[in-house]
This record gives sequence, C-alpha cells and structure tokens, in this order.
Amino acid sequence: MDFELDQDQQMLAKTVGDFAKNESPVARFRQLRDTDIGYEPAAWRKMGELGWMGVPFAESVGGFGGSFVECALIIENLASTLVPEPYLASVVLGGMTLARAGNAAQHEAYLTPMIEGETTLALAYSEAQSRHDVSSVETTATPNGSGYKLSGEKVWVLNGHHADHLIVSAKAPGGVTLFVVPRDADGVNVMVAKTIDGQKAAFIRFEDVTVDGDSRLGEEGSGAAVLDRTMDYAAAAAVAEGVGITTTMLRMTVDYLGTREQFGVKIGSFQALQHRAVDMYAETELLRSISIASMVRADEDDTRTRRADISAAKYQLATGGIWVAQQSLQLHGGIGATDEHDIGLYFKRMYALNALFGDQEHHVARFASDPTFAEVAV
Amino acid sequence: MDLTFSEEEEAFRQEVRAWIPEAMPEEMREKARGAGGFTPEDSATWHRILHEKGWAAPHWPKEVGGTGWDAARRFIFNEEMELAGAPQLSVFGLSMVAPLIISFGTDAQKKRFLPKILSGEEFWCQGYSEPGSGSDLASLRTTAEDAGDHFIVNGQKTWTSYAQYADWVFCLVRTDQSVKKQAGITFLLIDLKSPGVEVKPMLTLGHTPAFCDTFFDNVKVPKENVVGGINQGWTMAKALLGHERTLLAMIGPSRNVLQKVKRIAASKTVNGRPMLEDPLWRAKIARLEMRFRAHTMVSYRALADQQKGKMPGPESSILKVVGTKLIQELTELAMEVMGESSLTWYNEGLCPPVEESIGPYFCYERAATIYGGSNEIQRNVIAKMILQLPSS
Repeated sequence: MDFELDQDQQMLAKTVGDFAKNESPVARFRQLRDTDIGYEPAAWRKMGELGWMGVPFAESVGGFGGSFVECALIIENLASTLVPEPYLASVVLGGMTLARAGNAAQHEAYLTPMIEGETTLALAYSEAQSRHDVSSVETTATPNGSGYKLSGEKVWVLNGHHADHLIVSAKAPGGVTLFVVPRDADGVNVMVAKTIDGQKAAFIRFEDVTVDGDSRLGEEGSGAAVLDRTMDYAAAAAVAEGVGITTTMLRMTVDYLGTREQFGVKIGSFQALQHRAVDMYAETELLRSISIASMVRADEDDTRTRRADISAAKYQLATGGIWVAQQSLQLHGGIGATDEHDIGLYFKRMYALNALFGDQEHHVARFASDPTFAEVAV
Repeated sequence: MDLTFSEEEEAFRQEVRAWIPEAMPEEMREKARGAGGFTPEDSATWHRILHEKGWAAPHWPKEVGGTGWDAARRFIFNEEMELAGAPQLSVFGLSMVAPLIISFGTDAQKKRFLPKILSGEEFWCQGYSEPGSGSDLASLRTTAEDAGDHFIVNGQKTWTSYAQYADWVFCLVRTDQSVKKQAGITFLLIDLKSPGVEVKPMLTLGHTPAFCDTFFDNVKVPKENVVGGINQGWTMAKALLGHERTLLAMIGPSRNVLQKVKRIAASKTVNGRPMLEDPLWRAKIARLEMRFRAHTMVSYRALADQQKGKMPGPESSILKVVGTKLIQELTELAMEVMGESSLTWYNEGLCPPVEESIGPYFCYERAATIYGGSNEIQRNVIAKMILQLPSS
C-alpha cells in the first residue's frame, strides 16, 4: 500500500500547479469568461507542447502511456486557479471515448491533433431526457448508403461551442453507436449556452447530418458500454477537480480567518469559526483520500471494484465537498457573496461539478444496487 | 501509487481470519456472531489465548514480547479481530501504559510490569480525569506528597474505566503546587490493592460495567513507581496521546456494525420485501457505507506513512473526530432499521441476539465523541496545530 506520488508524478503536479499560479491566475479566467470562446487556443497549444493532453493515452496514438492518475493530477492542479482550457471536456470526455472506441486511423485523425494541442474535442452524449443515463438516446443514426444520417438534439455539450470534432451518440439499427462529426459539418446547428460557472457549453441540433461509414467509432451498438466507462473517468476527473477547488477554498478561508478583524480581534480566534474550519478540513481530506482511490480505480476493468470507489468519491464531492464550498462562502461574509471576490467563482464551479457525471442520488443508487452490497454473512 | 495490500499481506489476513474461529471457544464464537456482550472474563480468556499464540501485543517491539509485524500487518490483524467481533483486549495495559514504560521506564519497571501485562496476569486502568478536571486535564488536584522514599497520594479520579477488574492504575498526580499547572504533574503507577484505595463502579448508559470512581486516601506509593521523572507527567501524557490516535479511528467496529445493519435489514420486511431490497433503506445504508469508505482511505494514508517509517501526515488528526461520529451514526442506523425492536433492553431470547446487542452498544458509543479528548477539544487542537488559526 502506497499513497505517495512517485517522482515524475510529483514533478508533473508541481509543473501544472506553477503554470496555474504564474500563467493563468484567476484574473485570466475572469478576462476570458466574457469572450466568445472562454479560453485561448494559444494556451491550449502550449499545454499540448508540455505534453499534458497525452498523459492518459497509449504511445501508439501520440500519448505517453501514463495512467489516469497523472490525468487526474493535472486536473486537480489546473483547478487551483480555475484554468479555463477544456482539459476535462476534451481529454477525458472526448479523448478517452475516442481512444476506447476508435480504430488506428480515427486515433490518428482526431486524437493525435488534440494531444498536440492543435484541436479540441467534445462529447455530445447528454439529451434533454437522459439525466445521467448514457443509453437513453433519442438522436437517430439512419443508414444512408455506406454512411448514416444523424438527427436529434444534444444538450450541455461541454466545449461543444468551440470543439473541432464532436463525438456523438446516436441510435443506429444495432443500438447506441458513437460517431465523430466535425462541428462545422452541414446540418450541425450549435447554440452557445453559458454555464453557471462562467464557462460555456452548447446545445447542438443535428439536422439530417450525413456522415460516412468511417466516422462510426466501433461496431453499431457498442456506444453505451464505452460511454459508461467514460462517465466513470469523468466522475473521477470531477472529483479530482473538486479536490483542487476545495483545497483552494479552504486555504483562502483559513487565510481570511487569520486576517479579518472584528470586535478588535482576528475572527479566526473565535471557537465557533475554528471548529467550522476544522470540519471543512476534515471533509476536504476525506474528499482527497477517496479521490486518490477513485483515480487509481478508474483504470480498473473490473466494474464493481471501479464503481464502488468512484461512486463513493462523487458522493463525497456532493456532500462534504459542497459543504466546504458553502462554508467557505459563508465565512467570507458579505464579500463572499459578490462577483468581486474569487471565492464565489470556485463555489459555482463546485456546483457545476456536482451536477455533472452523476449526481448524489445517481451514485447512491448505483452503489446500493451492486449485488455485493446486499451480501451479508449470516 | 498502490491501494492494495500485497499478496503476502493478504495471505497473512487469511491466516488470521482462519485462526480466529479455530482458537475461539464455542460460547465466545456465539457471542461474536450475535450479541457481543463479552464479560471481562471473556476478554481475559481471549487475552490468554492470544498470548499463547504470541499475538497479544502486536505493536510492542519484539524484544519485549511483540510480534515484529510491520504497520500493515498490525492493521490487518486489528481489522480482522474487530471484523470477527472478537472481544477487545483491555487497552490500558497493552496499548497505553506499556508503550510508555517501553519508551521511558526504568529497566526495573520493564522487568516488573511488561511480562504480566503481556500475559494478562495484571490488568490496568487509567487515572487521568477528576470531577473538576475533564477537558482541562492539567488543572488536576490529586496530590502526591513527598514523604522521603515514597509519596502519599490523596484525591479522586473519575472515568477510571474497568478499575473494578484492574490490578494497577496509572495516574497523573500533582507533585508541585508552586509552578505552572502543567509543570507540576507526575506520571505515577499505583497498586490498586494498596491500603486507602477505594473503587466505586458506575453504570454506563449502555449498562455495561465500565466507568468507575477511584478514591485515594493517604495511599503510600513508592517513588520507584514514577515513570519519566518527577514533574514530567505532562510530557508523558502527551506521548501517550500519540499512541491513542490510531485506536480511535474505529475502522473495525464500524465495519462490524455495518455488517450488523445489513444482517438486520435482510431479516426484516418492509412493503412486502426484505428491507435490504427496499431502495430507500438501501440508499440510507449506502450513504454511510460510502462515507466509511472515504474515512477508511484517510486511515490507509496514515498507515502507509507508518509503513514507510514516517510520522502520519496531518490528515490523521481528523480520524478521531470523523471515526467516532461515524460509529455513532452507524449504531443509530442500526436502531432505526430495528424499528420498534430497538426498544428492547437486555431481554434474553426475545429478539435475535444481534438485535439485543444494538441498544446497549448504541448507548455505550455515545461516549466515543467524549473520551480520548472530546471532539470539541480535538477541534481546538487541530485549529491551532494544523490550521494555525489565531489564539483567542
């Protein structure tokens, strides 16, 4: 048993953390949130040059053959200053799906340029009715010559407003199937959707979009299983990001308690606030600890082993993590409730992470429905 | 990064798991499966069985009778014992005073006390708190007056748990009134058979025989019974506290109660099906099990540090606060799952033994957030030591 990062991992975490602090302070996020894209393709390219996007992928597709642990470390550290580049959307959602479902030619065409920072990806899987059920798909893929015609609407496609390529789930005759579709293809109708956390997503309507057979990822009907796996990666990624956020919020709050004065003393000397801060510390460490388990287990092929820790982690994000966010805001007092102070930006991002990739009820139900849950020694 | 125990460690786990039921007398096995409710005699019997196997003191150095196991094996051993519902050995000798004697005691003290603690011939209890000194322990007023080659001890100690079964008590006593309160305290070992000692048991909320008041009326205690030097008691108490922390994470007991919750839920019906198949009840149980999982990971982090010979990281400071709250929530859940049966109070044969065990245990564990430094005191300490928040 060993919970320590190895030297390479420590170095990676430090490099990403330094990048966040020095090159992308929260002020940068503030500037960019009002722009059309919300982030900078030049910064994305730089992240590509640093090799960060290739971390979880095999060397054969231009990756570095690392594990999901490295990927999660990058996400955790980018979160410390709310770096706006679409790492989670493009690498975890788009990239991990493409890597698992696609063939060598598709990897080369779509994954490699993303790893290099030249393009970004988005995963269009969610529909108005689907609510965390990746197999609830009403978008259709109708056979059309050697290809298909796609029709339907996807919602809250993260980075869907700017991605070069969309990975789309649609119901083909053989079941839920994944396709790669260029965002600028004919019949792809993108509506930008602003999100609560100052980022952007898209609602995307597919109006008889014709794609050829080569844009199908894997066999017909193979899509839901791949997406299921992607959702576990995404949940683990959200938890890692939540660790970066709650750690930062806790630090900001403890700093504030140690500087803000009322009644002639530092408010951090009040026992009621000290105890609150200790409980925030406890919830943050619980989240960090189960996050370590979930990032390690994300690569695990055994479904039960993988899901138990990932669901437990997402549950801790939804409960303890969200509570830390709430209390951080509360302890900042009035200034915490303004857009001027950064604490509220982190707060809103936590709620976005909470809503994505399975909420509390979803993960409680999933954890409880595992057959091993009811196995009791009598 | 590696979340799993090694193959050798897992093999060790299987060895321990297989040994327990073989070694345990049938009557005790029945209690372990069901109600628990071990008597101090059961605990003493189990102590002797473990001692014969050489497993009574896994955490002691090998030279004085320990097993020589590393942190992972010790953890696995404790986990398996608790999971099997085996009687807990009295911690006051094995886990509290003995490590202190090993670190700070004289050779004569080691020779006199350690073998009998190890064999279970002598049991110990703790004399720290007093009626007027709970969280503010350093204000204690039991005095040890210098009388040449011995002290004369006068005062009252409270929460001297299991003193009625103990042979010795380790006490904090005041040996100097003239200095700062922490600087005038001495760590003293007192034979409970000494003239002038009186022990009065007190029922716990769970009606288990645990708590006691212990009175000292001109009790003569030889000076050779001081551990760590006169007026060094506060340093000794702090060193001992470090030993206590990992005991209080409650990993094993929590796992044990979680299993009981599920067993009870599987045996009761709601809306025409077993409670354990009802989505609402499943979700309720799942929530606590998921939190337990996160808590377990925190203690694994501390364990992995110890395994590398390092001090556990600062996050280990939360184990007591989180773990004791969790065991209370789990025992409460067990009460809820039992429904009306949670009214039962020591009715032999009325409800299944596992259900009879819950109420008293639920009541007993209300003390968990109080003993070992109340959770409020724990938070004070973490706020200062770890978060470095300003003093008032």
